[in-house]
Amino acid sequence: MKVSNRKDLEKLKREGMASLFPGTIKIMVGMATCCLAKGSDRVMNALENEIKKRGLKASVVPVGCIGLCYKEPTIEVIQPGKPKVTYGEITPDKVPQIVEAIAQGGVKREWVLYRTDREKLLLNGGAHAYCSGKISVLFKGPHEYSDIPFFKKQLKIVLRNSGYINPESIEEYVARGGYFSLLKALTKMKPEEVISEVTRAGLRGRSGGGFPTGVKWLSCSKAEGKKKYIICNISEGDPGIGMHKSLLESDPHSILEGLIIGAYAIGAKEGYIYISSGYALGVKRMEKAIKGAKIYGFLGKNILNSGFDFTVKVKEGGGAYVCGEETALIKSIEGEWGEPRQRPPYPAESGLWGKPTVINNVETLANIPVIITRGARWFSSIGSEKSKGTKVFSLVGEVNRVGLIEVPMGITLKEIIYDIGGGIPKGKALKAVQAGGPAGGCIPKKLINLPVDYESLAQVGSAMSSGGLIVMDGKTCMVDVNKYFLSFLEGESCGKCTPCRVGVRRMREIITDICEGKGKREDVPLLERMARLIKEGALCNLGKTAPNPILASLRYFRDEYLVHIRDRKCPAGVCRPIRTRSIGK
Amino acid sequence: MESFDQSAIDLIIGKYGKREESLISILRDIQSQFGCLPKEVLQYVSQKVDLPLSKIFCIATFYSSFSLEPRGKNLISVCQGTACHVKNGEQVVNKLAHELKLSAGEKTTADRAFSVEKVRCIGCCSMASAVRINQDTYGQVTRNSVDKILKKYRKT
Repeated sequence: MKVSNRKDLEKLKREGMASLFPGTIKIMVGMATCCLAKGSDRVMNALENEIKKRGLKASVVPVGCIGLCYKEPTIEVIQPGKPKVTYGEITPDKVPQIVEAIAQGGVKREWVLYRTDREKLLLNGGAHAYCSGKISVLFKGPHEYSDIPFFKKQLKIVLRNSGYINPESIEEYVARGGYFSLLKALTKMKPEEVISEVTRAGLRGRSGGGFPTGVKWLSCSKAEGKKKYIICNISEGDPGIGMHKSLLESDPHSILEGLIIGAYAIGAKEGYIYISSGYALGVKRMEKAIKGAKIYGFLGKNILNSGFDFTVKVKEGGGAYVCGEETALIKSIEGEWGEPRQRPPYPAESGLWGKPTVINNVETLANIPVIITRGARWFSSIGSEKSKGTKVFSLVGEVNRVGLIEVPMGITLKEIIYDIGGGIPKGKALKAVQAGGPAGGCIPKKLINLPVDYESLAQVGSAMSSGGLIVMDGKTCMVDVNKYFLSFLEGESCGKCTPCRVGVRRMREIITDICEGKGKREDVPLLERMARLIKEGALCNLGKTAPNPILASLRYFRDEYLVHIRDRKCPAGVCRPIRTRSIGK
Repeated sequence: MESFDQSAIDLIIGKYGKREESLISILRDIQSQFGCLPKEVLQYVSQKVDLPLSKIFCIATFYSSFSLEPRGKNLISVCQGTACHVKNGEQVVNKLAHELKLSAGEKTTADRAFSVEKVRCIGCCSMASAVRINQDTYGQVTRNSVDKILKKYRKT
């Protein structure tokens, strides 16, 4: 069962290929939380029953999220020799008609979103062709995958397998090039070569401040001590980020493979995957992934016959935003309550149980196998000057096509909201985009041509952070949104340092007064002064970034605060008791 | 002091080991088995794992997934993430409280059938507003669809 060389891995790949493209009819149903929330489990049951009833030779399999959340539940149908067809908004009552069409070798065109003739394989090189030669006229109508506006400007590196494979099948992961990077790293590269490849790729941490991953690895690998740890952080409690959960549920092996390569690079023999509380499905899939990796020998002793040993444990958090901060996360794994501590020393020198520790975000790690296989040069050709590669966003709020997207860095907000997202529902006007969660800020409409990269976002007082993009129209009140963020941060403050514990609460009290029509003229400068003091005085990064949303909103939406204070009015009609409606209604 | 099944606790502690680092996992399992963390159970854990009760109390009150009070049979978690806030998640909470006749500050119905809790992002932002009942997640919930969703759980 153990894979010990390239030949064994190739054999596993062939098994996976037979499962990915079985040569019979195969129907794939999205089964991540977002799909399940729209009833995809009922669709799957209906499909299974209908196929059984008809005695059709077809398999129905669960896959992860393909990102088309606005069209959930989605299903994809593969018929041998024909293009793959993707259907959207499928309910159980539509199933009999679809199965009927499939039984006759056709499609139910009314519900088709698009077809796929060829599928690029990022890690294998080349592509899989679903059909060759002339496409039957039946399939000609539906648009091709690459013509769909939602996908046109996307580039899937991190989400390379999401929605394409059964997340619980390690063979299918291998079929799409998985664990070949691990083989290459462990058998053909020295740890320092792995680090240098990641450094040259220009990969930066996909949450927080965007620290270069290679530099972090290097300092940990150079730190003294035999025992070292690596931790994958899937605990960002930021409100407004569905994508970590989605990646975990859709492609757990990509995270795991990145983690094992990282462990090899820094010399860690033990690792942890720290998962937020309430991610039950993700935990289940990750545990299954670890089990599978152990069976095939990607984890454990003498991995791939290279002499490298590594074990990993899943740790479920108890539910605390502050545990996204690395020193608090370490405390939580140690069994303590998650209070951050002063840095330095940085975890790379003294982390878990005082040992050198690297903590990487889940999206960062999923990039690693791609960098190893495709190389630093290829990876660094994507993105902008200082921000390389892609970024996954959960594009949500008041936008037509909500979903999980991955775009090359440097793309503009306008392209994301209008070209990918299809603009604001009912043709309404955009007001702002919130990026970076409670550590970020609202970006006004006038800055919509801003390229999305670490530096540009920071310049306008926002942040990349973990990648929620929440689109807002005129119905959203900026003062109210900031009251929301401050209440969130007040509730999540661990209470260790005074600037955060007391300062954030005071700011929330002031802004609540403004919302309730009790604001005073001096409140605005007072908020600005407090924000600066908290930024300077707070102990951890969560405290230091807590005032960001309010500073950004005072910079771009000051008038809205002033109207609340001076005229006791809420222009958006949100704040009570001063809710106002526009004249004529 | 109420009696409880000590062997169940022993089993959980055995699963994770009597180590400080296992404490959160032990409490998680107890929470899911007992529905909350009763005082006498925590006292028992304190003896068994040989850690001061004050420390266990700290952990039990620091993390939001733990509850010292018994919860209702059905736990309704209403997402209060940013996307849900923008999509009127607050109205969903209010409607739920109204439907279940909960007064301000009350979390659990008198018959212990339901508990309503506001939670941080449940990671279902594209389907905002999102509500989780026990293990089921519901997307695009509005004030008007609350009734229909509750109906399913009212019978059982």
